[in-house]
Amino acid sequence: MVRYILQRLLLLIPTLLGVLTIVFFMTALSPGDPARIMLGERANEQQLEQLREELGLNRPVGEQYLIYLEHSLRLDFGRSIKTRRPVMEEIQELFPATVELALVAMFLATFLGILVGVLSAVRKNTLLDYTAMVGALAGVSMPVFWLGLVLIMIFSVGLGWFPTGGRMEVRLFFQPITRFFILDGIILWFREGNPAYLISAARHIVLPAIALATIPLAIIARTTRSSMLETMRQDYVKTARAAGIPERRVIFRYALKNALLPVITVVGIQFGLLLAGAILTETIFAWPGIGRWIYSAISARDYPAIQAGVIVVSTVFVFINMIVDILYSVINPKIRLQ
Amino acid sequence: MSQHTGTIQEAPAPTPFQETWSRLSRNKAAMAGLGVILVFVLVAVFSPILAPQDPIAQNIEMRKTPPLTDGYVLGTDELGRDMLSRLMYGARLSMTIGIISVGIAAAGGVSIGVFSGYHGGWFDKIIMRIVDIMLAFPYVLLTIVIVAVLGPSLTNAMIAIGISQMPRYVRLVRASVLAEKESDYILAERGIGTSDLELMFGSILPNTLAPIIVQATLGIGEAILESAALSFLGLGAQPPTPEWGLMIASSREFVTSAWWIVTFPGLATLLAVLGFNLLGDGLRDVLDPRLKE
Repeated sequence: MVRYILQRLLLLIPTLLGVLTIVFFMTALSPGDPARIMLGERANEQQLEQLREELGLNRPVGEQYLIYLEHSLRLDFGRSIKTRRPVMEEIQELFPATVELALVAMFLATFLGILVGVLSAVRKNTLLDYTAMVGALAGVSMPVFWLGLVLIMIFSVGLGWFPTGGRMEVRLFFQPITRFFILDGIILWFREGNPAYLISAARHIVLPAIALATIPLAIIARTTRSSMLETMRQDYVKTARAAGIPERRVIFRYALKNALLPVITVVGIQFGLLLAGAILTETIFAWPGIGRWIYSAISARDYPAIQAGVIVVSTVFVFINMIVDILYSVINPKIRLQ
Repeated sequence: MSQHTGTIQEAPAPTPFQETWSRLSRNKAAMAGLGVILVFVLVAVFSPILAPQDPIAQNIEMRKTPPLTDGYVLGTDELGRDMLSRLMYGARLSMTIGIISVGIAAAGGVSIGVFSGYHGGWFDKIIMRIVDIMLAFPYVLLTIVIVAVLGPSLTNAMIAIGISQMPRYVRLVRASVLAEKESDYILAERGIGTSDLELMFGSILPNTLAPIIVQATLGIGEAILESAALSFLGLGAQPPTPEWGLMIASSREFVTSAWWIVTFPGLATLLAVLGFNLLGDGLRDVLDPRLKE
């Protein structure tokens, strides 16, 4: 076990180095003068020279690459061209918002996905099963950002149930404690006896979480269904039924336990993808997280910010995948032996 | 008694294509998907004839006309352009994007995968390492990175989507080649002096086609979605191109005033992608030998 974990950790090094290298060449190879692209047509030669100096663009590529690696290892990604603040500082401020949204979305997707998947499998080839599976396929077939707009149109503009964007009403301004607003809301409720913060935070997260949860929900439901169908065909399930154990118990205690194995992997992969998918959802819902920040960095051609954003999100993705692999090997010893 | 012998003619064995088709045609969902795809392809091909208006001709007086008024079946957008015509030309773009992106991915991925699996050695090691790193990126982010390098345009979006889908084909094909390469029929062919190139692409590749076809079908849907996302982020098609993702992006300001501008481009995307997903799922069920009765 320890050996497997060490192996998996060791594999991180080349992968992360690869990620860093690709991101470096993204800027180094982009056509045109990066300083000119970042500062625009109106910048004068002196400003350009200053930026080249700051970013080390006037040195040979090999040297630039080594400096870049060294800085990256120290988590120093330079300053944003747009705001002039250290990029890492901005990421630290915005990351909790993204994680909060991703966690709520993932909880929604996992809970509902498994529920729908099990029901579909148990009621195979009924109207419920068909509806659920067509719905799941539609879920992976639509543009997430469009779904977000439609949700806003129906539930915010039309019915007025939820706000159109943001994380908290402006009038409820407060000093963030954990930067997880739902958690902050609970703390403030206890401290000040006022649940308004929690309610506002919860109301704001509903629509973006639904939009973000759609794809993983659909994929988890499909995986659970097929895995469940396969498990239910197994002899031990038939035996349990023959022994007169109640159907509900057979399904949830006996079959589901084994059927969940492949689902765990899917949940992990989808969680990693969620963080990247947040670019579109956060932009639509004006959610002040890392995704919307990357979007505005792309629009502003803010290269240090794009680089750092891509590196951070990919690194988190790589780590989550590793944790999923390790978790899976803990649950399923067969993997370790291979 | 004997006049009965020799009169029964044996039916010719069905070709693999016929067999697949007969199994696929019994799959209602796959047929529905194929139907949807055919409609979109027809619209795409004949959009210049079918479209009632010029997709980029502005008519400021008629802007934001609701559907079914003044001859505008799906209404007009914020610049008075006919929504139906724009969607029809959009189908043309999306189908092209889907096919070209997947073409790039499949052609590149298959060639690399075949060489990698067949030759093995250091070439294979390096390729697999690169594939691992590419798969370490979240897919959306990888396309964004590549477009950022190449510069935002529809062509570059297609190249980016093609490159980021490539690793799947490399893995898929390589695994199949590894499994096939030591099989008896290949050893026999090698024994009679068939060249490596002929073995790779003439003998092994046809036997690995099934998973590639499934992947390509699903990949087209995914490419359509991805290009819409890139255009939405300003990294793909540029205005006034009637690309579906771009249309959704510019509809953002009208969620309060003109639902049709928001709704229809998304519905078109959803339908087209759903078609490819339905067909892809059906093909997988039919072509996967493990599921054959």
